[in-house]
This record gives sequence, structure tokens and C-alpha cells, in this order.
Amino acid sequence: MDAILIQILNGLDKGSAYALIALGLTLIFGTLGVVNFAHGALFMIGAFCAVTLQKILTLSVTTIDPERTDFLGNPMKVQTPYVENWFGPEMGATIIDWAVPLAILLAIPVMVLVGFVMERGLIKHFYKRPHADQILVTFGLAIVLQEVIKYFYGANPIPTPAPSAFKGSLDIGVWLGFDPYSIIYPYWRLVYFFFAGIIIAGVFAFLQFTTFGMVVRAGMADRETVGLLGIDIDKRFTLMFGLAAAVAGLAGVMYTPILSPNYHMGMDFLVLSFVVVVVGGMGSLPGAVLAGFLLGILQSFASMNEVKSLLPGIDQIIIYLVAIVILLTRPRGLMGRRGVMEE
Amino acid sequence: MLGLERKDTLLLIAVAFITLFAPIILNPFPAGSALAQFNAGYPDLMQRFVIFGIFAIGFNILFGLTGYLSFGHAAFLGIGSYSAVWMFKLLSMNVIPAIVLSIIMAGLFALVIGFVSLRRSGIYFSILTLAFAQMSYNLAYSVLTPITNGETGLQLTLSDPRILDGASTGGLPVTSLFGAEMRDTTTLFVGPWSWDFSVGYYFCAVLMLLAFYLSVRIFRSPFGMMLRAVKSNQQRMNYTGLNTRPYTLAAFVISGMYAGLAGGLLAAMDPLAGADRMQWTASGEVVLMTILGGAGTLIGPVLGAGFIKYFENIFSKINDGILHQWFAFMPDGLENAMVAVIHPFIGKGWHLTLGLLFMLVVIFLPGGLVEGAQRTGRLFRRRDKNADHVESDAARQRAAAE
Amino acid sequence: MGILEVKGVNKRFGGLQALGDVNLSVKENTVHAIIGPNGAGKSTLLNCLVGKLIPDSGSVMFDGQSVLGRKPHEINQMGISRVFQTPEIFADLSVLENVMIPCFARRDGAFRLHAYETVRKEAGIREQAETMLADVNMLEKRHMIASSLSRGDKRRLEMAMCLVQTPKLLLLDEPTAGMARADTNNTIDLLKEIKAKRDITMCIIEHDMHVVFSLAERITVLAQGTPLVEETPENIKGHPKVREAYLGEAQV
Ligand SMILES: Nc1ncnc2c1ncn2[C@@H]1O[C@H](COP(=O)(O)OP(=O)(O)O)[C@@H](O)[C@H]1O
Ligand SMILES: [Mg+2]
Repeated sequence: MDAILIQILNGLDKGSAYALIALGLTLIFGTLGVVNFAHGALFMIGAFCAVTLQKILTLSVTTIDPERTDFLGNPMKVQTPYVENWFGPEMGATIIDWAVPLAILLAIPVMVLVGFVMERGLIKHFYKRPHADQILVTFGLAIVLQEVIKYFYGANPIPTPAPSAFKGSLDIGVWLGFDPYSIIYPYWRLVYFFFAGIIIAGVFAFLQFTTFGMVVRAGMADRETVGLLGIDIDKRFTLMFGLAAAVAGLAGVMYTPILSPNYHMGMDFLVLSFVVVVVGGMGSLPGAVLAGFLLGILQSFASMNEVKSLLPGIDQIIIYLVAIVILLTRPRGLMGRRGVMEE
Repeated sequence: MLGLERKDTLLLIAVAFITLFAPIILNPFPAGSALAQFNAGYPDLMQRFVIFGIFAIGFNILFGLTGYLSFGHAAFLGIGSYSAVWMFKLLSMNVIPAIVLSIIMAGLFALVIGFVSLRRSGIYFSILTLAFAQMSYNLAYSVLTPITNGETGLQLTLSDPRILDGASTGGLPVTSLFGAEMRDTTTLFVGPWSWDFSVGYYFCAVLMLLAFYLSVRIFRSPFGMMLRAVKSNQQRMNYTGLNTRPYTLAAFVISGMYAGLAGGLLAAMDPLAGADRMQWTASGEVVLMTILGGAGTLIGPVLGAGFIKYFENIFSKINDGILHQWFAFMPDGLENAMVAVIHPFIGKGWHLTLGLLFMLVVIFLPGGLVEGAQRTGRLFRRRDKNADHVESDAARQRAAAE
Repeated sequence: MGILEVKGVNKRFGGLQALGDVNLSVKENTVHAIIGPNGAGKSTLLNCLVGKLIPDSGSVMFDGQSVLGRKPHEINQMGISRVFQTPEIFADLSVLENVMIPCFARRDGAFRLHAYETVRKEAGIREQAETMLADVNMLEKRHMIASSLSRGDKRRLEMAMCLVQTPKLLLLDEPTAGMARADTNNTIDLLKEIKAKRDITMCIIEHDMHVVFSLAERITVLAQGTPLVEETPENIKGHPKVREAYLGEAQV
């Protein structure tokens, strides 16, 4: 029982990331009809917002401390981050410590802007072009974005730790009446899970309760009719793209303590997220979220040693296998509407 | 000739001429001159031109004709390479059995993967092929290590059985065609020029010409017409009594076999095979070659492959030192600025250039280089015609004046 | 026994009963018209005949064999060709190629790996296609790309593609919709000519009564998914149920 629970918990954080990326992909596909292969790159840019903020916050002045000497007997050079100078050592250290959550504040405007520029500058011109062209041009963009990041940040993963308050793990087992240490779960993963929950709830609430959201949902159901009503769909689409970009970016920001950001993380997650979208049902938002969590959990089950010894390599391919089976037996996915992209 | 129309025969002859004289044509700059770095006429690079040419020609039979966009074709390339290396390890260093096995294995995998993936079309097909390729890649890296040798990649060892060749003495044996070693190269010096003629290149080149000829035949065949009909309107195909599934599957398998041949040749030139050859970015590369050259055209994929492999090679070799030489004539500040601007796109930044190129082609030139050439051609022709008009007008005026 | 026997066919789309207990018998070598207001289920009925839709219940027999459960291409190979309401042609191919493809389909069956043959050397196929194009007055347009044809020409092309297959049963879904008067008359003449030349059964959906009365030997009136009457053209004029069906539409 506790073994199963552990796997479910382990699957949650990956599942959350899949769900968030797939949610954005689905929003874009459902509203704009665009297949965005650069969506993983948005996730990566989000992660690098956290890296950037961390770098900015740790920018330091070098001062000479005459009272201390290094072991050559010279006065010691001390690096003090500007923030510690400005806010005092303790406050400054706390700010640096909290770089990752603070990066959310940086990521929201950055991601929305990136989204706007992408949609206005590129995607807009591809609404009427075939899906193959959309895939190709966004694939090219994904390569460009990842190479730009590599150019500025190098090829190695950059560790971006969680605030020290969230280091360590929670002994969930004890809560649930199992033996101590039977189920332990890192705090930050819990944070990520709740964070994802809030974002997902936020997006759904936004679509459900605002007029903007209503129009968008109507547009997803039937684009032509909404266009005929004379509603300026274009502007909303741009906003939608910005929103989807922000969701992917925030997913990236908060994921950095779990996976040290590297330039190819976007591509890695993209392929899986597409699979998630397909499994959930192309164009279905709840489907994307459900499939994201399901596949995350499934993957973590497949990486149990018991399973791996039974079916070697299953952890590497389980998601793809599921996707293939779903595509062949139920092309509209778990929750997709009939007829959407069914061929 | 050869069952081809005049136009196609001329094209084939032109391609044959260029490939056979490539060692000369691609080395226009004297060895040792400053521009020699732009020479592409050395065996290693020329081999890659023709091998990736084969890969792209095959991809084009699927994508160019039927419109099915596979994002997993690198898997067949990888399978071809692994098969060939195994043949070198177990049977013989002769390249023929290795290549035959590469083609067969890639064909079998394509049959299975195609059978499943082709049940869907559009982006679903793309995602299915992508999923299969990623699965192959992940498996090659992990559980299939006994077959693929995991991260290190599959290599020859001294203890390999090589049943037909007998025990090897001394160092590792080299690949050969009935005794003619692939790496054998004759260098011809003519004045300041030097030209390398290598067995390996000519072996690949002949196979590419064969592959190209076959693709021309397919394009001009009733089968090719059916494939274009699939791209145009599957519904009408079905209601015309044609079963689209075997047509697309045949195209998929044929293009998989081309990829297998390319993979086998890669291994025949350099007998090692790694999983990274199967990664989906590698699949993206062949898509790019085909589109850049011109999907659905005969010569496009070959051009695209050559173009990309050439610039990959040149761009990744250029470094800041070379840039400084080039811009040395400028004032220092400007020189440094130029170098700084270009720096991200060269050397390791080749992929950035590639990505940008990809976008530019899809945005501005969906028909690829071939369309670009046609457009330029038309532009000139129109200009000539205008010139004619002007002249004839002038002549008429003159006549009227007299 | 007719060449086409439809018995008790039902088809629902969600809550909508598109076809309700349809019985239809089309005699060999006759022209049978199906008329009825928009949304009556005429196209849906054809869809059930060619394998595009599978009826919820009932049977469809063609030439003594059931078509249900067969794939569209198999049904076509049995001898049923269909002209669609919105033209289905190979838009990216030339007019000649459009007509050659059905010729290949008839000669080589549903699939053949003729990858090493050459289209240019298929003189017989080409001749067949060109003769057909001449019959529909489109020979001089044979090198045009089909997508650049006018609406009327696209329809004629599709008809040529179906006729060149020499089907036993030709289904025509509003073949003259959107055509000018002259073209409509040409189409009538063409169909009559084909009819006179060889054995063919036609099932034609049409709103233009001129076309219907020029061609049809039997007429079935369909309304709300159910056949109301089946009669000869003489008896159908002024038939109360027909007026009812069309008046019903007019009131909407
Ligand atoms: N694939 C479908 N899904 C749902 N409803 C359909 C479908 N095809 C047709 N219908 C409905 O069935 C009814 C009959 O349509 P149709 O057969 O096209 O009529 P018509 O007699 O004008 O050709 C219409 O109300 C139409 O909306
Ligand atoms: Mg209709």
C-alpha cells in the first residue's frame, strides 16, 4: 500500500509539469488551431528566468576587508551581493534564498511578452497554413530559442536550489499511520504540486467566469460562429497565447529546484507533453490535465524496480506505448470531443 | 534513356556528372591558399553529402509525394547503422552484406512502425512516428545495451568472430569492398591543387546515383501518381476503388529502406553506431534538408542535404581567429564588432544558424531552394522579355520615323 | 429484384433520426431519382450505400451482395461510383491525371506496386482518359491543374472520373447544382448519351425538376428520412404527398 502511495506521490511533480505544459499546448491548439512545437522552449525560458534572477540577486561587489587576511597574509577580498548591502546581510540572504519563488514576478511579464512577440511576429502568419508548416516553423523556433539559451548560459545544467525553508522532506507516512520514514516526500515537490493545482484552477476559473474566457471557450467549440458574431477574436488570441506562454513559463520557474535547468529541457518535455495532449484528447483542457497526472504517475510506477525487473526498459517507453495504444484505439483521446481532429 | 524522359535523363546525367567529378568541383581553391578552408572536396565530407542525400531522397518519397510528415525517420538510420556494424562484427568487413542487412532491417522496422502509424494521418501521424523513434532511442540507450552498447556506441573489437574473414591480426580491420578498402584514397596534384579520390566516396556516390535514379522512376510511375493523389484527396481515392493504406505503407517502407541504406553507409565509412543517430533532432534534420531543398521535387532533397552538410562543416570550423582575419581590413573597433555579431552563429553556434535557416525557409520559401531558383529564373526571363519589348518598340519608332 | 435493394435502413445522429426505415429498390438499367427537401437525408442515404456511413440497422444489397461492412474502395470495386455534392477531385493534379487514376484503379485493382513502370508509357490508359475528357468537352483543359477549374468544370471532371470507371451503378448527388442552364443541359445530354451507349443504372439526387423529368424513370420522394412515395414521373406531378413535403419546407 505505501509502495503504491510513494509511486503516486513521485508521479505528481512530473505529472504537474506535464499537465501545465499540456494545458498551454491545448489552449493554443484549441483556440488558434496551431500546433506549437516551441512550447517546450517556453517552459525552458521560464526555468531560465529563475536562473537569471538568481544571477542578478547574487551580483556582488568586491570589497577588501582589512581586518581579515588570507593565508598569504594579504587583506582578504570579500564578495558581498548588492542586495545584502542594500537590505542588510540577513534580509539580503533571505532574498537570495528565495530567488526561485521570486522569479515568478519576473517570469510573468517576461513570458507574456515573449508570448505576444511570438504570436504577433510569427504564429499569426501561420493560422491558415497547413499543420505541417506550423510544426516545421515552430520546430525551427524551438531550435533557435534553445541555442540562444545555450549561448548565454552554457551547456551545463545550472543548479537553482529551493528556499532553505523547503529543503528536506515531509514524512507523510506517519500522518497516514504507516511506519515513520516509510513515505517521505520532499517539501518542494509538494509545493510544486500545489502550485500547479493553483495555476490550473486559476486558468479554469478564468475561462469559466470571465467574459473573455467565455468567448475563448466558444471559440474553441466553434471558431467560425464566434468570428461571425463580429467579436474581435484576433486580440483575444494574442492574449491567449500570452497566457499559455505564462503558464508554461511558470511551470518552468518552479521546476528548477527539481531539475537543474539546461538548454535541452524544453525539447525533452515537449515530446512528452505532446503525447500527453494526444492522450488527453486534442483540444480538451480537462483531458490535458488528467492525462498529464495519469502519465506522470504511470511513469513513476514503471520505474519501480519490481516492474522493471519484470519488463526491462518499460520505464523508458511506457508513455509512448500508452500514447500509441490510445491513438489507435481511441483517437479522440480520453476526454476529447468526437470529431475534433479525428481523421 | 533508361526508361526516362529527356528532361529527367538530362537531370540524371547532370547529377551523375557532379557527383563523379565532385572531388575536383568541390576543391576549387588551391590547397594551402587562404580560401582552402571553403573546399569541400575531401572524402569524409563528400561521403556525408551523398549519404545524407540518400536519406533525404528517401524521406522525400514519403513526405514530398504523400504529404505524411514523419518525425521519426532517424530511427531507421540508426537501425541501419547498428545492423551494418553487427555484420562487420559477426560476418565480414565486406560492406555488401552489411548494407544489405541494413536495408532489410530498416525495411522490416518501417513495415511494423508504418503499419501502426499510418492508421492515423496529419499531426497524429507525426506524433506516432515521433513516439516510436523516441522509444527506439530510449531503448537503445537502456535495456538494449547488449545489442547497442548503450552510451558508448557499438564498435568493432579484436575479439569479434567475423566468420568469413577469419581472425584478424594486428589492429582493427577496415571496411572494404571485396578487398578495396573504403578508406583508400589517391591524391592527385595538379599545379597548386590537390584532389582526393577515395574508394569510400565513389562507393557511396554510385549508390546515391542508383537511389536517385530509382526515385525518379518512382516519381514518374503510376505508383508515384497514386502517392500524389493520396496527398491531394484520400477520400476521392477511396471512392475511386483505391486502397490508400498499402500505398502509403509502401511509400513508408521504401523511404525507411533508403534511410537504412544511408545508415548502413555511415557505418561502412566509419564502423561505429550510436543511439544519438536516432534522436528526434536527427529526424528533424532530414525534414529540414528535404524542405530546404524543395519537398516533392526530384533534385531538392539532394541539394538540401548538400547545402546543410556543407554549411554545417564550414560554419562549425570557422572560429574567431578566422573572422578576425577576414575583417582585418576594417578599423579595429568595427572589426571587433563584426566578429562579436557573427560569433554566435559560427563554430558551436551552427545549430542556431540552422534553426534560423529552417524558419526562414518555411516562412519565405516553402518550395525550398528549387522554388527559389525557379523564381529567380522567371524573374530574369521576364526581364529579358521586357528588354525585348523596349527594343522592338524602339525599332518600330525608328521605322515610323523613316 | 433490383440491382440495388435497400431494406429497413435506419441511421441516427445523436437525437436526430436522419434515416427512418428506408426501403428502396432500383431496377437494373434505369434512372432512379431521389428528391426531397433539404435535410431530408438524401446524402445520408448515399453515404450508407458507398460505405461512408454504416446504418444502425437494415440491409443494403448490391448485385446480390451485401455492401454493409465493406470499405469504400471495396464497394467501388463492386461497381458503384459516386459524384459528390461538393466536388471531390484531386485538386493538385492535372485534369488528365485526375481521369487516369480511375482508369488505373479499374485496370489494376485497389492496390498495385507499379513503382517501376512509367505513366508516360501507359498509352492505353491515356487514350481512355482522353476519350472520356473529349466526351465531357474538357479535352483542351487536360493539362490544367484541377484546382484552377471553374465550379462547373470541377463537377464535370468528377463526373468524367466516375464514368470512365464504367460503373454498374452511378450515384449522383445534385450533379447540376450551381451550374448554368447550358451546362445543365449538356449534363443531361451527356448522361442520356452514356445511358444509350451502354448498360448503366443511375441513382440521382436532384432539386432541378427539369433534370429529374428529363432523365428519371422512377422517382422516390424522401422527407424527414422516410420515403413518402415511389412513382413514375407522370404520376409524381401534383401528387399530394410531394406537395406536402415541399410545402412543409417552404413554411420553415
Ligand atoms: N455526419 C453527420 N453528423 C450529424 N448529423 C448529420 C451528419 N450528416 C448529416 N446529418 C444531418 O442529417 C440530416 C440529413 O442530412 P443530409 O442527408 O445531408 O440531407 P440532404 O437530403 O439535404 O442531402 C440533416 O439534418 C443533417 O444535419
Ligand atoms: Mg445533400
